[in-house]
Amino acid sequence: MIANILFYIVSAILLTSAVMVVSSRNPVHSVLFLILAFINAAVLFLMAGAEFLAMVLVIVYVGAVAVLFMFVVMMLDVDFVALREGVQRYAPIGAAVGLVLFAELAFVAVSWTISPSATMLRLSPTPTDVTNTVALGSLLYTKYIFLFQMAGAVLLVSMIGAIVLTLRDRNRGKRQDVNVQHARMPVDTMRMVNAKLGQGAEIPAPIEEVL
Amino acid sequence: MMAFFNSDLGIVILTLLKSLALIVPLLIGVAYLTYAERKVMGAIQLRKGPNVVGPFGLAQPFADALKMMFKETIIPAGSDRVLFIMAPMITFGLAVIAWAVIPVNDGWAIANINVGILYLLAISSLGVYGIIIAGWASNSKYAFLGALRSAAQMVSYEVSMGFVIVTVLICVGSLNLNDIVMAQQHIWFAIPLFPMFVIFFISGLAETNRAPFDLAEGDTEIVAGFFVEYSAMSFALFFLGEYANMILISATTTVLFLGGWLSPLPFAPFTWVPGVFWFLIKLFACLFVFIWVRATLPRYRYDQLMTLGWKVFLPISLGYLVLVAGVLEVFGWLPNV
Repeated sequence: MIANILFYIVSAILLTSAVMVVSSRNPVHSVLFLILAFINAAVLFLMAGAEFLAMVLVIVYVGAVAVLFMFVVMMLDVDFVALREGVQRYAPIGAAVGLVLFAELAFVAVSWTISPSATMLRLSPTPTDVTNTVALGSLLYTKYIFLFQMAGAVLLVSMIGAIVLTLRDRNRGKRQDVNVQHARMPVDTMRMVNAKLGQGAEIPAPIEEVL
Repeated sequence: MMAFFNSDLGIVILTLLKSLALIVPLLIGVAYLTYAERKVMGAIQLRKGPNVVGPFGLAQPFADALKMMFKETIIPAGSDRVLFIMAPMITFGLAVIAWAVIPVNDGWAIANINVGILYLLAISSLGVYGIIIAGWASNSKYAFLGALRSAAQMVSYEVSMGFVIVTVLICVGSLNLNDIVMAQQHIWFAIPLFPMFVIFFISGLAETNRAPFDLAEGDTEIVAGFFVEYSAMSFALFFLGEYANMILISATTTVLFLGGWLSPLPFAPFTWVPGVFWFLIKLFACLFVFIWVRATLPRYRYDQLMTLGWKVFLPISLGYLVLVAGVLEVFGWLPNV
């Protein structure tokens, strides 16, 4: 009973915030609504018993991906009024593209058949003696280990690619080397002088780059 | 009576009561942590600290709270009003809801869930939003700079923190906080995983924006950082949120590394003492170190902070994770699940 009510509340918030993501005028508000949508999706996962997925959704999407989104959107300061200028001119083209996509989806939906093995899967009971995390882990690391490793490799390659694209060897002058700094002794940099009255100390030759 | 508490409504009411029993001591704890911080810092700096309101200044937190309540809430003209008011609520709310899974004694958690540690990680990764939203909604340069700093900082340190948690988890074989504590019956994880313990604690300092990593506030450079435009109760919520987060990180450290509610020695005179007592002692020890560090160390420079997070902690925690996994595998100590 309570679960049902909760389900409808959460779904309603999820759908509303998903609509608000596209319709809100302020891009920062859009990102915030996206986050709200993610969190509600996580709650739905939780209610379906997929606790591990729910938490990972929040950690990965809300905690990392959306933070970066937010960063970019806040820093870019996009002028959305200017972007909306040509809306009326391009509206027919946009509508046409939308129509084509909708037609494709409709075709897919009409010819959709449910495989008999899927219905068989639904009949077989979900094991209750293992937790979510254990079940996922024992599948990912045994049956799907190669796919799993491949996904990791793809991520690694894309990460290296991003680093290569953005890394420039800028000459930033003095570089700080903590080890050299720690190894520095007072003797290397400091000279105690007994300055004579009226003569002062002689100016030493500049110390050769100790850093 | 029992039948009532097993019905739907009964469970809801029971959970509300449990939450109340946790939140009220927590809030009092937060209030007295501000007092403790001022007293301890005073002692370290050879001052007296608050000593005027009430005996030993014990009523000082309540005097401060009253002052905050009666001040005027100022909302800057150019700000995003809704988000501006929401940000401190998010910060404080998140600091409180994370407590739902912390076990203060055997089974004494509001929700003893199977993915407890992931829940903690998820909530702490949400914490950054209160700060970003505050910085952006204030429409002020200093606030925005503070928010950007803190966002980058929290995202960076979460990575190494995640690896530390994974290292603990492969020693336990469960994500349940109760199981994590029970796995430390023979030895606290702080001893075999000592480097991880240190890294976790330092990352905790960075996660909570505490000195020496309080660059998001950075009084000397960016005034007060992300909450520079806040006043009265909205400021108080940020302030309380920071302290609640400190207690939370200390509790997490206690559960992950210091054996939670377990007594330090597993025989008679120690085991007579209730577990809550041991839990609180360990919690207070962690909190004391938090305050001690603040009174001792100067603030980090921003690039040094990033270097420490990405070039020191990340490789060390990753390497130690591989090492621990290897040792467990070779000696056959991997926990059975």
